Amino acid sequence: MKKFKIFSVFCVFMLVMFTGGNSLYAASNSITITGSTTVLPIAQRAAEAFMDINEEISVSVRGGGSGVGIAALIDGRADIADASRPIKTKEIKLAREKGIDPYANVVARDGIAVVVHPDNPVDSIGIEDLKKIYTGEIENWKDLGGPNKAIVVISRDYSSGTFEVFKELVLEGAKVIDGALMLASNKAVSTTISITPNSIGYIGLGYLSKEVKALKVDGVEATEETVKEGKYKLARPLFMYTNGEPTGIIKTFIDFVFSPQGQLIAREVGYVPVK
Amino acid sequence: MKDKLFKYLTEAAALCSVVFLFGIIFSIFKEGYPVFAEVGFFKFLFGKSWHPTHYPPEFGILPLVLSSILVTGGALVISVPLGVGSAIYISELAHPKGKEILKPIVELLAGVPSVIYGLFGMAFLGPFLSRVFGLPVGLNALNASIILGLMVVPIISSISEDAINSVPNHLREASYALGANKWETIIRVILPAAKSGVISSIVLGFGRAIGETMVVLMVAGGATAMPRSIFKPVRPMTSAIAAEMGETVMGSSHYHALFGIAIVLFVITFISNLLTEWVMRKKGKNGC
Repeated sequence: MKKFKIFSVFCVFMLVMFTGGNSLYAASNSITITGSTTVLPIAQRAAEAFMDINEEISVSVRGGGSGVGIAALIDGRADIADASRPIKTKEIKLAREKGIDPYANVVARDGIAVVVHPDNPVDSIGIEDLKKIYTGEIENWKDLGGPNKAIVVISRDYSSGTFEVFKELVLEGAKVIDGALMLASNKAVSTTISITPNSIGYIGLGYLSKEVKALKVDGVEATEETVKEGKYKLARPLFMYTNGEPTGIIKTFIDFVFSPQGQLIAREVGYVPVK
Repeated sequence: MKDKLFKYLTEAAALCSVVFLFGIIFSIFKEGYPVFAEVGFFKFLFGKSWHPTHYPPEFGILPLVLSSILVTGGALVISVPLGVGSAIYISELAHPKGKEILKPIVELLAGVPSVIYGLFGMAFLGPFLSRVFGLPVGLNALNASIILGLMVVPIISSISEDAINSVPNHLREASYALGANKWETIIRVILPAAKSGVISSIVLGFGRAIGETMVVLMVAGGATAMPRSIFKPVRPMTSAIAAEMGETVMGSSHYHALFGIAIVLFVITFISNLLTEWVMRKKGKNGC
């Protein structure tokens, strides 16, 4: 009997732990943001600056990935879903079933830079050639005016938002060659390229550093200006999805992200402002 | 009263792990089952192409399974001689003072966080291998095997050493009395007597290596091609799950496929654990 009692106390304790967690979301003056690690730095810093001005509102920001963020928005576990890719039809359908109406707010733009080892003599590349490299049609740098060396093809993982955009803008439905190194983060790509002389890869513009060299794509340099003007072709919008057009404190927050101060944050973390 | 309370508290703690274990088993099977229904058991397990986000997607995990086996096999090739060798040296041959220094050092190797091993493999071993073997890229199966091998050495070494230590002294003395030298005694008498402990240490090491995630994510290269050579980049099961789960759409086929990989991995490690248990039990029966 006593055994049962203690066990039930334990159960109640666990129950309180779990349900207690849920009640956090119900509080009216808090905003929960979840999603893409690409958008995370903007959301994080915007939230900090926002809470300095609006002390009565608390904003909690989490990463996890675009898919995780959108799933959280659909389940009602998040007010804002950060995403580095547009929402998919399947996700919209799921959302509608649960009475959620995902609304896209484009808060910044992200250019994808094509990068090589700093010692590589090649300076620019066409999107067509890039596609040929990633599908295995071109395998040697000499075909691109470089040294007679095999190309080490480096890509991001299959489910990363960056890969998805690259797939759409460059591969146009073709498969990446099986032999490509699929790495888990922008930083991993950048580091691997810096120690692998004949490699090629792609990373977010915000992750460019001196350890790698960015190639011109179709003759256009990857810079903030060219992305903003729409000249640079490998660029993508970054989203904060809300349930319907933002209202109330969520609107206050989204408006803050669009304000000059919010857009300055986007620039500071390496992205291109939209306003 | 106090005694009873203590008993119930510890009982609850023990119960917890059972609940968690079954919870984990239940949830991975629940989330992973749909992929077997959708893709088909054989097509999933023996399909040669893994393109989960391509249209139409391909969910063949054979290259991932073979990558795991290749990398783990390579790790054992390195860690078994090093681990068993150091166990023999520490327990049979080393001077007591040397033993006092060596033993904690080998065990210290077990305490190094795997991400540090990964960093080492990425920043030092990778460029080194590519220079020595003239490879275009140093992140490959060989790199992962070496690093995993190093990580498994302390497991094999310390468990083997316990087994060798527990070989009764009269066996050694009998062997010497028959005129055998040290080498013959170790190879013919001590190792056979400690066999079950040594084997279970190797199986445990295997389980550790095949389940290790961070290191292979960082140094194996991640290419999904069928592993044709130890010098090529590969993608073991654990790194595919870790790298792809974060950004995938919840409830999609890709999501279920990743859980499907988790089931395969779970079954493999479960079998290796059972094997260890079985070998240990057998040892109990034989009485040595």
